[in-house]
Amino acid sequence: MATHAPHRDETPSVEVHDLTVAYHRKPVLWDVDVSLPSGKLVAVIGPNGAGKSTLLKAALGLVPLASGHVRIFGEPLKKARRLVGYVPQRETVDWDFPVDALDVVLMGRYGRLGWLRRPGPADREAALACLRKVGMQDFAHRQISQLSGGQQQRIFLARALAQEAMLYFMDEPFAGVDAATEKAIVEVMRELRAQGRTVVAVHHDLQTVQEYFDHVVLLNMRLVAAGSVESVFTRENLQRTYGGRLTILDEAADAVRRAGSP
Amino acid sequence: MSETMRIIFLQDANTRTVLAGATLLGVAAAVVGAFAVLRKRSLVGDAAAHAALPGVCIAYLLLGDRHFIGLLAGALVCGMFAAMFIAAVRAFTRVKEDAAIAIAIGGFFGVGIVLSRIVQNTPGGNRAGLDGFIFGKAASMVSDDARLIAIAAAVVVGVPALLYKEFKLLCFDRAFADGLGWPTFLLDLLLMTLICVCTVAGLPAVGAVLMVAMLVIPGIAARFWTDRLSSVLLLAALFGGLSGLAGTVLSDTLPVPEGAASRGWPTGPVIVLVASSIFLFSMLAAPRRGLLADLWRRRSLRRRIALHHVLRDAYEATERMGDMDASWRAETLGRDVARRTLRRAMREGLIAETAGGFVLTREGRHEAARIVRAHRLWELFLIEQADIASDHVDRDADEIEHVLPAGVIAQLEARLASQGRLPASLVVMPAVPASPHPIGPGEGRAAEPARGPTP
Repeated sequence: MATHAPHRDETPSVEVHDLTVAYHRKPVLWDVDVSLPSGKLVAVIGPNGAGKSTLLKAALGLVPLASGHVRIFGEPLKKARRLVGYVPQRETVDWDFPVDALDVVLMGRYGRLGWLRRPGPADREAALACLRKVGMQDFAHRQISQLSGGQQQRIFLARALAQEAMLYFMDEPFAGVDAATEKAIVEVMRELRAQGRTVVAVHHDLQTVQEYFDHVVLLNMRLVAAGSVESVFTRENLQRTYGGRLTILDEAADAVRRAGSP
Repeated sequence: MSETMRIIFLQDANTRTVLAGATLLGVAAAVVGAFAVLRKRSLVGDAAAHAALPGVCIAYLLLGDRHFIGLLAGALVCGMFAAMFIAAVRAFTRVKEDAAIAIAIGGFFGVGIVLSRIVQNTPGGNRAGLDGFIFGKAASMVSDDARLIAIAAAVVVGVPALLYKEFKLLCFDRAFADGLGWPTFLLDLLLMTLICVCTVAGLPAVGAVLMVAMLVIPGIAARFWTDRLSSVLLLAALFGGLSGLAGTVLSDTLPVPEGAASRGWPTGPVIVLVASSIFLFSMLAAPRRGLLADLWRRRSLRRRIALHHVLRDAYEATERMGDMDASWRAETLGRDVARRTLRRAMREGLIAETAGGFVLTREGRHEAARIVRAHRLWELFLIEQADIASDHVDRDADEIEHVLPAGVIAQLEARLASQGRLPASLVVMPAVPASPHPIGPGEGRAAEPARGPTP
């Protein structure tokens, strides 16, 4: 893998400014301002429908923004694409697609290949190395439907590793995986951090936040709190995130949707 | 030379033209259609084909007759419009995609039928040959049509060949392609355009109604045979080309029933029939994904389970007698399946017949011990780790044990051994823990011990 650039440690990996995102005109994220440090493992936490995935997708440019902007290492996303890797939710693809595990990991190299060019032996080598990192080298030529859920998740992780990014967005990487896979993913994340890379992951298991992550973003349609785990992952903040339904925001969102475009 | 031979040996130019056109169309539609299927857009081609009819009519009304390329251009524009309509309905309303496609297919075709009546009522309109666009008239293909198909086929096959990795990722995981910063909207639009170009090129030959079959069937048939995208595409092209070729030859050579107004077989439908036959054959006979292979696998599993049950019964019968060499009687196994299975076990040398009944052979005893062990390990696991009541575990264990991989058995074993639940002494046979629930004739499947000297 390419060596990291140490100067990036000072710039925030992600800066989100006044971000609002709406689906079918119903806002799911309101006025989010947050800045994430570099070289850390960041958990995005919040109840269902809090907009966690949406925050990731907005940062990746996958959903239109109603307002606000996102900067990646101080640059607009367009200029920083190559620095960003992505692990989508596992259910978003058809696992009966006619490709094998190595094919999927090779897709991580597509971004640096450019139009029309096919992956070559060097890309193949890199992809195999990524498979090894997640402990899936023996499954390189397995059709992807024949892999267990945890193995599929590891293939997605390997594909992101093949992107050789500085900043990784992972959408629920631990959802529905076995203990061995969870351990493998955590190890990979720690290795990425040791190389100065940043991981921003949507996370569901409050039990493991302190063990796995350095930094948390607490989200419930709007930003509740963000900061280091020690300072922000408190009972009070969790209560503010999960407890006390934000009925006012819900009702406001519905009102906006009913009223038509804002 | 007979008519059939003339056709097969490409004696006349007209046959050569039709054959070449149909084959190329089959190949092109199969390749772009395979991508459409993988992109879950199988029906977009159908909508585009049905929407082509009003396009042809409008072009005819605007341009007048005998402007063939103009008619096809009208079809292409209108087909693209239908594809866009579906995409827009999906993006901006809450109408689901299947409903949007149904609206497009029916709506555009209805408009097309109405417009075609208007065309036919214009002077000379009944000569416009609009029926050919609905059901296709491959036999009347002229060299200009074939040339048009050849050009369309080159584009429709060439573009995915160049943009292979782009289309592959687009179809598999569009969000990831978006994340790479790819213009996935344009790629999607390009794929839709290729589908429409192919549809329109095939329209005069196969017709609006059947075009979707040319697009979709070869790719789906190919998927049964292989798990690699490149092979799916090659096989689909082969199936599509073969359908076009064989369909044309068959429609020309099959005897036509005698009759007052007997006409030849229609080429388009026969092509689709050949493609459908290839699909049916693939669905049934493909080695791994086919239905027959699936049935065979299930049958083997059923037989294995039956064999396991007989061996387990035998093992438990001898276990109750306290003598592994004791013979037991088969009568109480009762069911026909058990008898058949018993005979199979004897053929396989696992069980032997003696004067007093049956005995497990040395080999059979080993196999039976392995099975009973897996069964009991799994039962113990269910009771102790999964909190399942002991009177339920026999049934649950029955369903799982036959498919437990060796690795899981080893894990179960280690787990139980660490808790001191496994007998420490290992004899020749694999160690079998005691059954966690009472076993006996009450279980229905269990064999009665043979009458004889009891220890």
